[in-house]
Amino acid sequence: MTDHNLPTDGDDERNDELEHRDPALARGPEEPIPNPGLPEHEPRPTDIDEAMERRAELQVAAMFILAALLSVGFCVAYFAIDRDAIVAGTSASNLALGMTLGLALLLIGVGAIQWAKKLMTDHEIIEYRHSGASSDEDREETLTAFRQGAEESGIARRPLIRNSLIASVGLLGLPAVVALADLGPLPGDSPAKTVWRPGIRLVQDVDGRPIRPQDVQFGQLINAEPGIFFEQEIGGEVIEPEYEGVALNNAKAKAAVIVVRMRPDDINPAEGREDWGVDGILCFSKICTHVGCPISLWEQQTQQLLCPCHQSTYDLADNGRVLFGPAARAVPQLPIEVDQYGYLVAKDAFQEPVGPSYWERG
Amino acid sequence: MLNRLSTRRRHPLAGVLVVLLGLVMIGGLYSALRPASADEAGKTDEELIQAGKDLYTVNCSTCHGLNAEGVVTADGNNYGPPLVGVGAAAVHFQVGTGRMPLQNPGTQAPKKQPVFTDEEVAALSAYIASLGPGPAIPSEDEYDPSGLSEEDIVRGAAFFRTNCTACHNYAASGGALPSGRYAPSLLDVEAIHMYEAMVTGPQQMPVFSDEVLTPEDKRAIIGYITLLKTQPAYGGSNLGSLGPVSEGLWGWLVGIGALVLAAVWIGNNSTRAGSR
Repeated sequence: MTDHNLPTDGDDERNDELEHRDPALARGPEEPIPNPGLPEHEPRPTDIDEAMERRAELQVAAMFILAALLSVGFCVAYFAIDRDAIVAGTSASNLALGMTLGLALLLIGVGAIQWAKKLMTDHEIIEYRHSGASSDEDREETLTAFRQGAEESGIARRPLIRNSLIASVGLLGLPAVVALADLGPLPGDSPAKTVWRPGIRLVQDVDGRPIRPQDVQFGQLINAEPGIFFEQEIGGEVIEPEYEGVALNNAKAKAAVIVVRMRPDDINPAEGREDWGVDGILCFSKICTHVGCPISLWEQQTQQLLCPCHQSTYDLADNGRVLFGPAARAVPQLPIEVDQYGYLVAKDAFQEPVGPSYWERG
Repeated sequence: MLNRLSTRRRHPLAGVLVVLLGLVMIGGLYSALRPASADEAGKTDEELIQAGKDLYTVNCSTCHGLNAEGVVTADGNNYGPPLVGVGAAAVHFQVGTGRMPLQNPGTQAPKKQPVFTDEEVAALSAYIASLGPGPAIPSEDEYDPSGLSEEDIVRGAAFFRTNCTACHNYAASGGALPSGRYAPSLLDVEAIHMYEAMVTGPQQMPVFSDEVLTPEDKRAIIGYITLLKTQPAYGGSNLGSLGPVSEGLWGWLVGIGALVLAAVWIGNNSTRAGSR
C-alpha cells in the first residue's frame, strides 16, 4: 500500500530515458492512473474533542485495571476452588482459571488496541526502503581491522601454528561422530522378527485366556497376544511370563495379532497357505504395514480390515491383500494349528516382517 | 317371597356395591398373588411362539423367507440373511433397537424408534429361538453394571480399549467404517443391547463369544461405558469426542477465522471527525 504513496520521480526519469531511446515504448505511461499521493489527514473525534479523549483514556485504563483484578482473581481461584468440583458438566477450577486468565489477556490486548487507535498519534508517514548493505565507511573499516588482525597475529607467516590449528579444530568433529555409536547397537534383524515361534499359544489380550477353536464363532474377532507374555498353565504346569517391563512392551507392540473366524468357503488362501488356518480361523498381524497403527476394525460381513489412521483396507479373506489406501503390502499372516491340549498355537513364526515397510526389508 | 322381602329391606344399589366390592377384592388378590412368571401376557411358550410366528410372517418374511431360511438375490448376495440359529438375543437387539424391520435397504440399518412393543419383541424372539439354538436374551444380573467394583471397571476399561475402541472410539462416541458404514455411538445404548451386540455381532460388528470374553468381562465393559456417560468434560466442551475431525474443524475454521476477522476489523480505519 505504501508503494502507491512513493514519490514517482524515479519513474519519471526512467520514462524520459525510454522516450529518448525508443519513442514507441514511451507512448503508454507506466502508471495508468496518476499517483494520488497520501490522502489528506483527517483528525479523529478524540483528537479534537477533549471530553472524548478523556473518555477513551478512562476506557483504556478501566480495561487494564480490570485485567489486573482478573489476574488476582486467577490466583484466588487457584487456591480457593476445589479441584474436583464440577460446574455445568465441566471442572469448576478449570473454568474459573481459564475465564480469569483468558479475560485478563483479552482485556490487555483490547485496551492496547483502543489506546493505539484512539489516543496515539496517527499521522500517516512514508518510510522509504533503504539499502541492506552497510555504509562504505563501515565496510572499509571492518576490512582494515580484519587485515590488521591477520597481519598482527602472524597467521600467514607461521604455517606450523596455522596448520596445527586447522587440524585441532577440524578433528573436533570426530568426537561428535564417534558419540553417534551410542545410538546403536544396530538393530540387526530384530525389526524383521517377532517373538512368535512354533508352539506359542494364542491368548486373548488383557487376561491371557487361551483360545480353543470351538470357542470361536463365525464372525468372531479376538485381539490376541503370544501366550509367553502371560502366566500360562500348560498340561498342569504353570509357566512364568518370558518378558517383563520395557522388553515386554517392545515385544508386545510387534507381536500383537488378531484372530478371526470366517466361513471356510469364503476364504481364498494363496498357494502354500491352505493349512495356515484352523476351520476358518485365521490369524493376522495387528500392525498396519503402512506406518504401524494397530488395526482391529474388522467387518465380519465384508471381511475387510480397516486402518483408522490412513484408511488402508485389507481383505482378510484374500490373504490380507490391500484393497485400498497407502499400505504397500498385504498384512502378514501367522500360520496356526491346534496343540495337543486343544488350544490354538502358532504353527510357525511370521514369514515376513510385520509392521511398516522399511529399506532393507527385501 | 324371600327375594321380595330382601329387596325391600336393602337399598336398591346395595347389590351393585357388593358385586363391585367383590370384583375389586378378587382383582386385588390376583394382582398381589399371581406368579411373576405370568408376566408374558399369560401366554404359554407355544402361544408365544405362535404369536411370534404370526408377527414374523407379516413383518419379516418378505426379506428373511417364510421359514426364516433367508432370501438370496440373483447375484448370490443376501437379500435377508437366514435367521435360523441367530438366537433370541439377536432378535431382541435388532427389533428392540428399531434396526429391524428395515426401513429401506442401505449400507447399514440405523437405530430408530422401535416398531414393536416389548411383548411383540418377546414373541418374535421366542419364535426365532425355537428355530435353532443361539444366544438367549441375557438376564439382568449378566448385563446390569450396578454394583461393580472399581477394580472391575478398570478391567472393563482394559477390555474396552483393546476390543472396542478401534471402531467405537476411545470415548465410545462411534466412528466411521469403509464405504459409508459406521460404528454407532455407545453412549445412548441400553446395557442389555450392548451385551446382546457383543454376543451376536450385529451387521459388521464381530462376535465376542462368552467362552473367550466371559460374561463377567462383558459386564465390566458395560460398567466402564456406563461410567463414560457420566464422566464430566474437564477440559470444557469435548466437541463430541470425535478427535481431530471436530477439533481441527473448530480450530481452523472458527478459531483462526475469528482471529482473521478480528485482525481485519482492528486494521480498518477508525472513525474520523470529518466523516461524521
